[in-house]
Formats: sequence, structure tokens, C-alpha cells
Amino acid sequence: MKLKLKIWRQEDASAKGGFQNYDVDGIDGDMSFLEMLDVVNNDLINEGEEPIEFDHDCREGICGSCSLQINGEPHGPDRLVTTCQLHMRKFNDGDEIVIEPFRATAFPVIKDLVIDRSSFDRIQHAGGYISVNTSGNTQDANSIPIEKENADDAFYAATCIGCGACVAACKNASAMLFTSAKVSQFALLPQGEIEAHERVLNMVHQMDKEGFGNCTNTGACEIECPKGISLENIARMNREYLGASVAG
Amino acid sequence: MAGINKSTLARKFAMALSGLFLVLFLLQHFTINFTSVVSPSTFNEISHFMGNNFVVQAILQPILIAGVVFHFVMGFVLEIKNNKARKIKYDKFNGAANSTWMSRNMIISGIVVLAFLGLHFYDFWIPEMIHKYVESHPDDPTRYYDETIAKFTGDPIRTGLYAFSFIFLMLHLLHGFASSFQSLGTKNKYQEGLGGYKSGTSRFIRKFTTAYAVVIPMGFVFIALYHYFNNL
Repeated sequence: MKLKLKIWRQEDASAKGGFQNYDVDGIDGDMSFLEMLDVVNNDLINEGEEPIEFDHDCREGICGSCSLQINGEPHGPDRLVTTCQLHMRKFNDGDEIVIEPFRATAFPVIKDLVIDRSSFDRIQHAGGYISVNTSGNTQDANSIPIEKENADDAFYAATCIGCGACVAACKNASAMLFTSAKVSQFALLPQGEIEAHERVLNMVHQMDKEGFGNCTNTGACEIECPKGISLENIARMNREYLGASVAG
Repeated sequence: MAGINKSTLARKFAMALSGLFLVLFLLQHFTINFTSVVSPSTFNEISHFMGNNFVVQAILQPILIAGVVFHFVMGFVLEIKNNKARKIKYDKFNGAANSTWMSRNMIISGIVVLAFLGLHFYDFWIPEMIHKYVESHPDDPTRYYDETIAKFTGDPIRTGLYAFSFIFLMLHLLHGFASSFQSLGTKNKYQEGLGGYKSGTSRFIRKFTTAYAVVIPMGFVFIALYHYFNNL
């Protein structure tokens, strides 16, 4: 398979950056998208040029590191997959593929396709946890009965890998899906109830402080999320926030 | 309540509540206008009541105008803030792959509706205010029907502009009405997601909001066309 690649190159955070075109040949349909980029980088290294920087780690859809805007969609045209799980058979011979970093003011570009997603970490630090007594007398979580539906919803919310596709897909660069998933995974469990009000207020406050946009319910985030995190989490966070605000 | 006034979620609640208020107003306006098709005398009677009742004029009308102004000002504020959240735009952004045109272009449909409101005020509200409060004409409960149809009689451009605007109102409502339920945290059409509907409430809200968004604006189009063609 021959491909024309249009890839964003940027020297560092302060550089202007721009697109560069690359022709690549010999791409197999069974390769992953990142393996295709590995081929491009091998060619660049062999030619004495600087390879393209992009994030990756587990390469099995768990870590959330690989985050590329591919032909106008986060993680490319496939559904419920991360970039590392995207196969080249989703493209045709001769295709032009535009590869950009996720764009958001809260996700500044560090180099080429690598972005700084520490704003997500700061939202987590603001309340995405439960305080546990670790003195040795902690109650075994498995001994606390939890309604099946709540346990399932909390689990699904917790499958968010924090890749940032929701922000990248949203026309407003909103982080509501990520934040709501992190609120929901605790809000649905008895362990999370104690700090529920404080959690949602602090996490939303931090989300706003980071400069993410306002959610206008387009639903793009849910469609592009590699884990299929539901918009139901956003509705739940809205209820939690309203309740916490009224309660003071 | 600390911080709620400044947060993104507070802005969502405010947009949702003002939007729902305007949706209710729209139903009331449509009901009155529709009487002009079935019974001119009833239309005159209701219009006279609405135009002369103290509560409607002195209390409800200012609340309505405030609601409209708040909704569109907040709409522009949100648009500006959202643009700042992505200062460097994508070279390629395939929004159609994951969301509807209506949901991505509320500002466009909103601007068309706002422009229409300007025309509508020019056509009806300002002349009414001049008639009653500037020129102080004597009370005439039978004038409303004739004044209304006179605007559309022999004026295909105005009739067309009304129809065009209501199509954009339909597009605005197709996203906005259901979206307001999501913003307020209720179960709604957005929860169908990848796993299908989770509740009967979601299914009902989706069907109801979609039906409303189509029937009411198209009803207004029908009324404008009816008066235009009925008076050729």
C-alpha cells in the first residue's frame, strides 16, 4: 500500500510548526497505524532526518498514550479503538492521510504530535480519588453490597483511559466526558459518597481553570471515545454538580 | 452555591432553562397564531387580550424579552469562550463523522432566528407599540387579524423570509430542545449511545422533542403560507 502522509511537525512548544508531506510505500493492511509511523520513522532515520515524535506506550489500547487526529477524527475512522489498535486496512492504496496532534488550548503541543495532557492529571488531583483508611482496619470492598446496575455503570465509567479523544473530537474542546467519567466512577459507589459534593465541585472548577470549552451536547465525544464512555456520565455529573451547589 | 455563577455547568443550566422557557413561549405563540387560520374573530379576541392585559404587558412581556436577550447573549458568550478553548484549529476536522450539523452549528441557526426576530419586531411589535403608546389610537379589538394578514398579502419575499427563518428555528430546536434535558441532567436522547436506550424516559424525550421541533416551526410556516396564498 502506498500512502501520502501530511504530518504536523513542530520543533518545540514555542515553535510555530507546520505540515510536511511524506510518501510511504510497502505498508501492509495488517499493520497498526503506529507501526506504519514506525516505518516512516525508520526511513527518516536512514536518511539522516529527525524522526516524527508521537506518544505511545502499551500499544494495546489500555494506556491512552497514543492520541492522534487522523483525517479529522481522534484515533482515526474506526470506532472503539485507539490509534495503536487502528489497522491500516481501514485505508486504501493511494490515500492521503492528514495526521495532527489533538488540538486544545489545554493540550499544548510539546513536539510534533506529542501533546501535554497534564491538565487531565490536575483535574484528577482535584478530586478524582477516595480517601481510604489504610490503618489495617479497612473494610474489604467486596463485603459492601452494591446494586448490579450501579456497579456496572461505575465500572464502565472507570474504563476511561484519559486519552483526550473527547476533547479532540469536541468542536468546543470540552473535557466534560473525561471529567464526568472520573466523577461517575466514584459517585455510583458507596465509597465515593462521602466526598461526592466536594469532588464534583473541585473537579469541575479545575476543568474550567484549565481552559477547556463548554459542552454543547453534540455527542461527538461519545462517538469518538475508544472506550465508548457514555454521555449518561455527563448528565449524572450535571445532577451531581447541581445538587452539590445547592447543598453548599 | 459558591462558584456556580461562573462555571461551565452553570452556563449550561442557564442556557437550558432559558431555552425551555422560550420553547414554552413558542407553543403559546403558535396556538394563538393558529387561530388566525381557523377563526379570525377568536384570533382578534385573544390578540386584544394579550395586547391589553396588564399582567401580559407589564410583567410577562418584559420577562420574555429578558429571556430572549439572555439566551442569545449567552449563546454568543459561549461561542467566544469555546473558540478560545481551541486557539489553533485543525487542518482537517470531520465533524460530520460524529455529530449532527444542527448540534455543531447552533450559532448559525441562532443568528438566523435572531435576525428573524428583528424582522418580526419591525413588522409587528414596533408598530403595535407605536399604535398604542405613541399615537394612542382608540381601542379597536377587531384590527389584529387584518393587520396580520396585510403583512403577507402580495409579499412573497416576506413570506419566504418567514418560512426560511422557521426552517432554521426547526434546526435549532432539533438539537437545542433535547439538549436542554441533557444539560439539566435528565435521561434523554443522548443516552441511546452505543448501548441503545437505557430507559423509557430517554425514548419519550427524544420522540417528543423531535416532534415538537418539527411540528411547531412547520406550523408557523403553514400559517404564513396560508395567509399568503389565501389572499392572492
